[in-house]
Amino acid sequence: MSTTAIDVKDVSKAFLIGLKDTRKETLGAAIFSWLKSPMQNYNILKRLNTYRHNEESEDLFWALKNVSFSVEHGETLGIIGDNGAGKSTLLKIISRITNPTYGYVDVNGRVASLLEVGSGFHSELTGRENVYLNGTILGMSRKEIDKKFDAIVAFSEVEKFIDTQVKKFSTGMRIRLAFSVAAHLETEVMIIDEVLAVGDAPFRKKSLSKMLEVAKSGTAVILVSHNPLAIQQLCKRTILLSHGKIIDSGITDDVMQKYLGGIYNDRTRQEWDLDEAPGSKEVKLIKAEVRQIEPNVPVIRPGDSFEFEFVFYLMLEEETNINVTFHLNDEYENLVFIGSTALTNIPYTAGTGYLKTICRIPSDLLNGGTYSVTKLFVLKGVSDLIYEHNEILSFEITNNYAHAHGKIGKIDGLLKPKLHWEVVANVESEIML
Amino acid sequence: MKSETADNIRSGKPIVKLRIEAAKKWQMLDLKELIYYKDLLYYFVLRDFTVQFKQTILGLLWAVINPVFQMVIFSVIFGKLAEISSDGIPYPIFSFSAILPFNYFSQSLSGASNSLVGNAGLLSKVYFPRILIPITPVLSKLVDFAIAFLILIVMMIFYGISPTWNIVYLPFLILMMIMASLGVGMWLSSLAIQYRDVRFAIGFFTTLLMYTAPVVFPASLILEKFSYTAYLFYGIYPMVGVIEGFRASLLGFRPMPWDLISIGAVSSVLLLITGALYFKRTERVFADVA
Repeated sequence: MSTTAIDVKDVSKAFLIGLKDTRKETLGAAIFSWLKSPMQNYNILKRLNTYRHNEESEDLFWALKNVSFSVEHGETLGIIGDNGAGKSTLLKIISRITNPTYGYVDVNGRVASLLEVGSGFHSELTGRENVYLNGTILGMSRKEIDKKFDAIVAFSEVEKFIDTQVKKFSTGMRIRLAFSVAAHLETEVMIIDEVLAVGDAPFRKKSLSKMLEVAKSGTAVILVSHNPLAIQQLCKRTILLSHGKIIDSGITDDVMQKYLGGIYNDRTRQEWDLDEAPGSKEVKLIKAEVRQIEPNVPVIRPGDSFEFEFVFYLMLEEETNINVTFHLNDEYENLVFIGSTALTNIPYTAGTGYLKTICRIPSDLLNGGTYSVTKLFVLKGVSDLIYEHNEILSFEITNNYAHAHGKIGKIDGLLKPKLHWEVVANVESEIML
Repeated sequence: MKSETADNIRSGKPIVKLRIEAAKKWQMLDLKELIYYKDLLYYFVLRDFTVQFKQTILGLLWAVINPVFQMVIFSVIFGKLAEISSDGIPYPIFSFSAILPFNYFSQSLSGASNSLVGNAGLLSKVYFPRILIPITPVLSKLVDFAIAFLILIVMMIFYGISPTWNIVYLPFLILMMIMASLGVGMWLSSLAIQYRDVRFAIGFFTTLLMYTAPVVFPASLILEKFSYTAYLFYGIYPMVGVIEGFRASLLGFRPMPWDLISIGAVSSVLLLITGALYFKRTERVFADVA
């Protein structure tokens, strides 16, 4: 049985921003404005109040605009988006820290919000005292903490120091203790912001599996993180926020691909006129492009062959051996491969004039996903770097779901090579040998 | 994790339902919620109190040293040099019986006015009833008050003054003192987080409050120099009734000033109600301005 845990309906939140401070031209005007500044300051402070405004005000900034979604009990929902997309504001509204300007959120159950680990931790108090303080801040009662105290301390691995002042703890110990308190909350709704990224690797792993356990126990979890891996591991469904609006929601892999692809805005082609072209005094970059080879196919599909073209204008005094190298990265910033003319056996030299390089990627190599050329180097010889360009191209290899064996979602793996298999039945006699 | 959560959901047990929407302008305190969070209040008070004297040499002694030094200075300057009347009570105990409730009042106020600003980090990260924050210093300063009270008892023994039957009214006076402190504390705390001017004004404000309260002089002086009407007006300041009540019930040199106490009680209740209303009204912007 699944029931709605959180129902967010048309939630909007406005802030007032951008009050221009004008500089005074004359001494008289400056003194006058200084005298009336208390009144002005009062008005500015008043404006921090988010509830008094008319909608047309041009200083109005909508941190969230008509956001609606719902989360079931036992479901884990991820929220991603750039800085300033409204993620934190949304979490703050759901955790009752601030109110929406319009709209409402219906919550069924107790909410624990972990927008920060160790809220209210005081360094002068002992670990034990802080567990109780932090636990009650998060909404537990003293009795509940009594019951779970041993489990909390055991999970945090700081048993020996539990009666020591927290200021004598290392940062890691502090964070582990704080996370342990949070992880032992038993509420129907849990809101988590970035807290998974705490502690060392073993503890992070432990925290992650604890969160999975929490989600499985029937708690509705909302998770905001910049860490795509955490979201992918924990959330089936994800919402993509941008400028206060939901621009995509659905299966995590799809949303994630759209989001990470969107960062680079799919730049498949860039071209410059010679006089505006970026470059150094020896080389200018005129054009960079990635394209499908097959005519009349608008997208690059997994398995397709495609090519990169880079055009330069060289201004070299003498004919020199020139090498072009680029890095191809996937959406998680993993380096997929390095392409370089230096690795081929084509000897060529160039002096002044246009130089065109084309690199063809063989078919049946890359899987679907968002890729980008993060670095492009031009070298004289093999080691003399004369120009470097970052984040130059970005493109998508579009998954064809029809081929996904009936399963919707990304086929795992970076590569999609055509493999040669041999399958022979009835080989008993061979094995006997 | 074998969790109650899952059981609750499976068994269809009713769980807390809540609607979060644009805040209403006026709302009253949610007492049920305050009771739910009583353990948090306890730990807030404990934190406030334990942290106060951590890493000091004299520790709790500070709760004694402050008022005793004040008493000595007042006795020398106002008692000996200025020869201000003290209704026939020995000046040291006359002033100490006022310093005791007044210090509680002023410490609660400065504690409360810093409380929201000092906990701004919490306000923007976790939900809990905000009102607990200004309540905390008002409660934790009661410990200092109790310690200083012991000094008063020692002084009463020293001067051979025994309390009158009116001491039965003392709890009521203490309650009035707490209500007035909480009322003003709520006002100041929510003003302070919106307008940080309060932080600069508070020192001067408490000094002002001290010299207007009958700490170094008796309230009877107002009656003598002005009129009974002025005297009653003076009683609007709740600490007037509290201080004169303390003197009358503990030292017994004059009858209980019921006129001052009843006016003061009314104004402390009003302060408490308006303070709570103003706090709840401004509460919704705290996270945005913190």
